[in-house]
Amino acid sequence: MAVYSINVNGTTHQVDVDSDTPILWVLRDNLRLLGTKYGCGIAHCGVCTVHLDGEAIRSCAYPISAIENKKIVTIEGLSESGDHPVQKAWIEHDVPQCGYCQAGQIMTAASLLEQNSNPSDDEIRRAMNGNICRCATYTRINRAIKTAAKEM
Amino acid sequence: MILNNKLFKRLKQIGLFALSSTFVIVFALACKAKTISNGDYVSLPEALKKDSLASIVAFNKVYTVLIHPRCMNCHPSGDIPLQGDESRIHTMLPQRGPDGKGVATMKCATCHANKGVPGEHTPPGNPSWHLPPADMKMVFQGKSAHELAIQLVTLEKNGNKDMKALREHAEDTLVKSGWNMGGNRQLPPLSYEEFKEVWYTWIDNGAYAPSK
Repeated sequence: MAVYSINVNGTTHQVDVDSDTPILWVLRDNLRLLGTKYGCGIAHCGVCTVHLDGEAIRSCAYPISAIENKKIVTIEGLSESGDHPVQKAWIEHDVPQCGYCQAGQIMTAASLLEQNSNPSDDEIRRAMNGNICRCATYTRINRAIKTAAKEM
Repeated sequence: MILNNKLFKRLKQIGLFALSSTFVIVFALACKAKTISNGDYVSLPEALKKDSLASIVAFNKVYTVLIHPRCMNCHPSGDIPLQGDESRIHTMLPQRGPDGKGVATMKCATCHANKGVPGEHTPPGNPSWHLPPADMKMVFQGKSAHELAIQLVTLEKNGNKDMKALREHAEDTLVKSGWNMGGNRQLPPLSYEEFKEVWYTWIDNGAYAPSK
């Protein structure tokens, strides 16, 4: 065990965990930020996606010791009142069905639009390939990203 | 009197010619005799001291490593990396991208941290995980030993590496990680130390390509 100082959603936290603890478990168990979900634990489903210095990463595959001084943003920190363009578009298109994967979908979509404010269908498909939705809401996800892009 | 003088001069010229010719011949024979007799080893210049056979034998061993999944999976013929001991297409279809590090939100580093987390089937970590860039794909998949050897020594196809850089590539952190992926992944057919030895032997003996 060792004490790590991490910046999550703009706040610095001290956590005492093993060096190989995945960030996902630090977020959920230590910081009680439960919006980021556990899916597969091997970076295959995308449900645990958070931002690390703005880049989408799978928090289940990143040990706490790999974070260095980078800033983490979770679904709770994406916007102050749930009004990020992607979140608004998600509501407008009624994207979620069961909703379990949606935090990861939204975090990936937000990261995509930060890097490419007007993605083509092909670019959206490529970017979202790592986020699986068992309810198959993919067409609505695509439409919502297009809508959000107009506001970015 | 004049005739005698001319004759004397001609005889003198002939004598001098015969004397100098004899000297040259004797000197040359002496030199030859010295070379043969003293047994000194005359070393070849460094540039000529190459053993093409040793080079090719070494490359054939190098080749078994290069086409092994631990190496070849990141040198695919397409723009999607391969995965696993069967070299299947990588799940999620991550793209090469211009710099070989993926595309927005689907970069290698999205899942491959600079160090991995423990557990079965977790993504292996490495600080510089990447494929070759789009403008020089350095494909291993489907290449014969001859084709791969030629590719590896061609600046326009090997990442602009001269022989020194090519030699040093054996120390690359991502190359080394092929022997340290974790899990139950197969290891390359040679140990890392054996690979380095044949890699250097191949290069130091002229980096010859096996025949087609």
